Amino acid sequence: MSKTIDITLHVWRQKNAAAPGAFVDYQAKGVSTEMSFLEMLDVVNEDLIHNGGDPIVFDHDCREGICGACNLVINGRPHGPRERTTTCQLHMRSFEDGASITIEPVRAEAFPVIKDLMVNRDAFDRIIQAGGFISVPTGCSVEANATQVPKQNADLAMDAAACIGCGACVAACPNASAMLFVAAKISHLALLPQGQPERYTRARAMVNQMDAEGFGTCTNHGECEAACPKGITLENIARMNRDFIKASLTFRPEVSGSGGA
Amino acid sequence: MELNAHIPSGPLEKKWDKHRFDEKLVNPNNKRKYKVIMVGSGLAGASACASLAELGYEVACFCYQDSPRRAHSIAAQGGINAAKNYRNDGDSIQRLFYDTIKGGDFRAREANVYRLAQISSNIIDQCVAQGVPFAREYGGLLDNRSFGGAQVSRTFYARGQTGQQLLLGAYQALERQVGLKAIQMYTRHEMQEVIVVDGVAKGIVTRDMVTGEFEAHVADAVVLATGGYGNVFYLATYAKGCNTTAIWRAYQKGAAFANPCYTQIHPTCIPVTGDHQSKLTLMSESLRNDGRIWVPKKAGDKRPADQIPEDERDYYLERKYPSYGNLAPRDIASRAAKQVCDDGRGVGETGLGVYLDLSEATRRIGLHKIEEKYGNLLEMYDRITGEDPYKTPMRIYPASHYTMGGLWVDYNLMTTVPGLFCMGEANFSDHGANRLGASALMQGLSDGYFVLPATIAPYLAGIKPGARIKLDAPEVKAAEQATVTRQNKLFAIKGKQTPTEFHRKLGKIMWEFCGMARNESGLKEALKQIPELREQFHHDLALPGSGSEVNQTLELAGRVADFLDLGELMCLDALERRESCGGHFREEWQTEEGEAKRDDDHFCHVAAWEYMGAGQTPKRNVEELSFDNVHLATRSYK
Repeated sequence: MSKTIDITLHVWRQKNAAAPGAFVDYQAKGVSTEMSFLEMLDVVNEDLIHNGGDPIVFDHDCREGICGACNLVINGRPHGPRERTTTCQLHMRSFEDGASITIEPVRAEAFPVIKDLMVNRDAFDRIIQAGGFISVPTGCSVEANATQVPKQNADLAMDAAACIGCGACVAACPNASAMLFVAAKISHLALLPQGQPERYTRARAMVNQMDAEGFGTCTNHGECEAACPKGITLENIARMNRDFIKASLTFRPEVSGSGGA
Repeated sequence: MELNAHIPSGPLEKKWDKHRFDEKLVNPNNKRKYKVIMVGSGLAGASACASLAELGYEVACFCYQDSPRRAHSIAAQGGINAAKNYRNDGDSIQRLFYDTIKGGDFRAREANVYRLAQISSNIIDQCVAQGVPFAREYGGLLDNRSFGGAQVSRTFYARGQTGQQLLLGAYQALERQVGLKAIQMYTRHEMQEVIVVDGVAKGIVTRDMVTGEFEAHVADAVVLATGGYGNVFYLATYAKGCNTTAIWRAYQKGAAFANPCYTQIHPTCIPVTGDHQSKLTLMSESLRNDGRIWVPKKAGDKRPADQIPEDERDYYLERKYPSYGNLAPRDIASRAAKQVCDDGRGVGETGLGVYLDLSEATRRIGLHKIEEKYGNLLEMYDRITGEDPYKTPMRIYPASHYTMGGLWVDYNLMTTVPGLFCMGEANFSDHGANRLGASALMQGLSDGYFVLPATIAPYLAGIKPGARIKLDAPEVKAAEQATVTRQNKLFAIKGKQTPTEFHRKLGKIMWEFCGMARNESGLKEALKQIPELREQFHHDLALPGSGSEVNQTLELAGRVADFLDLGELMCLDALERRESCGGHFREEWQTEEGEAKRDDDHFCHVAAWEYMGAGQTPKRNVEELSFDNVHLATRSYK
């Protein structure tokens, strides 16, 4: 059953990437507990517009927990207090009347703030560009059932592929490491027969790009796994590390051919 | 306006092959001299970008999100159809073709739909090769499930997140080409204008959503893959950013808009909780494989579900449609839900809801199997409602989910503006008046991976390589100026109501008068109210900040302005289509049992609307539909 609560928000406001930011307080009264967290922010923003203020900027799109656009850090936790829940799926019933809620952007060197709570996550796209794919141009495929995939591998690949690229793992990590994100893609593709030909070049290329983007390294805190809204496990990082080590030990520069007739 | 669909001659099953052989190709060395602009990075846009770049064309791709991976295709849950006949249950290209034509209530083009059914198998092959982790059986082979409107099991799926996995496959193929510098990717860019030179599309103007700068981009062809316009209802299963601006601007530049009134109201969404509601969330139709839909037999029965005995429940879909039961097509299932709620038998606090009950299936196949098949969906339901769907039946209600209408395109996916193509949900081509479940993903990827890369070649082959318009051409400058003027006008209003408030009001009008059931007096009322609301919008819009920074209110205001225009066209189209078909249900045209009654003598055609200028009534052009391979029948799912 729905009820209403009054809350105080401490929101990070920052005009643009170059400007210094600061926390600003807002009172939100009569918030229905049936509202999602973002709907609560919508109401605050509508009030701000009506009163001549500047609404709070935050990324969001699907609002059903799958696009990965929303990524607020709420009371110090990426996506807030509820496990395996994105910010857009968090509802106000998770908060008490009179609660004080701090909302910050993801803080990581590789994810610079654009405005307020909106950050630039292009680094994730560049890591995928480096190797997060199987090179199969359109039309080059074979009959789908020609390759059988053990069900367990298919299921584990799906578990890893469920990553939504929100960056909660980076936000949660004391080193701002992107290991869980990178490992999820490496695992997804390494667990499938289609991913084998590029398995080791992929692991090496993606890890190198991750380092180049300025993400920190993994020191086994496990915060990323706890924060991940999609339940991506640390096991994937172990799998990535194995592949990366093997890739590094067996690496050979590309040999150029002598040309054909 | 001439509407030539350019459907190849010859027998249905040979048309696509014949067409690809008859049409001109672009020499491999010349491909790099042609540039294609793609607007949108969902299933259709991303797959086409990757395929075009692999062929050697220069590609520039634009999306409003921060990454192409966030396009709303990602939210598709249930699955993708393909005529593989892996179940040995009698499926074939012919059957998928027929089911799709019939599901669309005989308002789609035969040739397009047949091609879609032919290509369906290649899509699955392509996606598996990319590493899309489709569900598999213990033997390691691909699994299937059933979907509405079909009696065979032909839907491939990746848990309840098929769209996500297919999109990530296409996204990865796209990013591979970005890494190879074959695609220039522009994220956080929104298309604001089409550049048309002597009636031919030559580029676009975009707004950089971070800096606010307007930029012109020129190319040899422009492709719109910008999705549907269902957010016109405000509450919808669409992402918040989904909008009609790109296709609306194309319409204003001469591209015909076909069947705007064909909208799909999906039967199984989580019901509205209050005025704060910003969007609705779908519960996949796949749940209807195992879930039974019911309401109490007695009106006003407010007992909790578990206290209503079996013989006091009405499993109304099973009762009315015994052969398809809970798997009746979406339009039919939605109207049936509306009817029982109108009868006062709806459930939940608002009375606008019906039960979707998994308890019998849980007893039959076990909790573990239900979890494996639908776990992520049930978790999502629990997050949103605070109720445990494993213990109490879910409450669902219909919501705006898909738009079958869109820009008119010929067999080559080209609009009525030469050089301007349109794919996926943004075009009108394949679903007629109602789309079957698991067919949207099929169409998006068919258009993107296989159709457009082939059909754009003959158009490009007709252009001299390197004859691109210059950025300082007067047509380019004029298009840029038009966007600046439009934005300045919005800032000049300085009124009191926010874009969201206008959007909500528009949504209410559209839902009430142009939603699941429509009639003449209601549509005429809407056609009176929408222009009044638009007038208010242009005199009382509150818009904070400036155009030279991130300004999400400005973005929304621009989109709402276009929705206000589009809503009017939808109502006009619904008014003029004096029949019921698929998702378009006119109360004046129904059978005694309350089913949609088509008028094939007068309306077996596509209505393609032509823009006649601001404030002018648009012109209704007609493309006759001929059915040479299927018999025009009354749809029956009994």
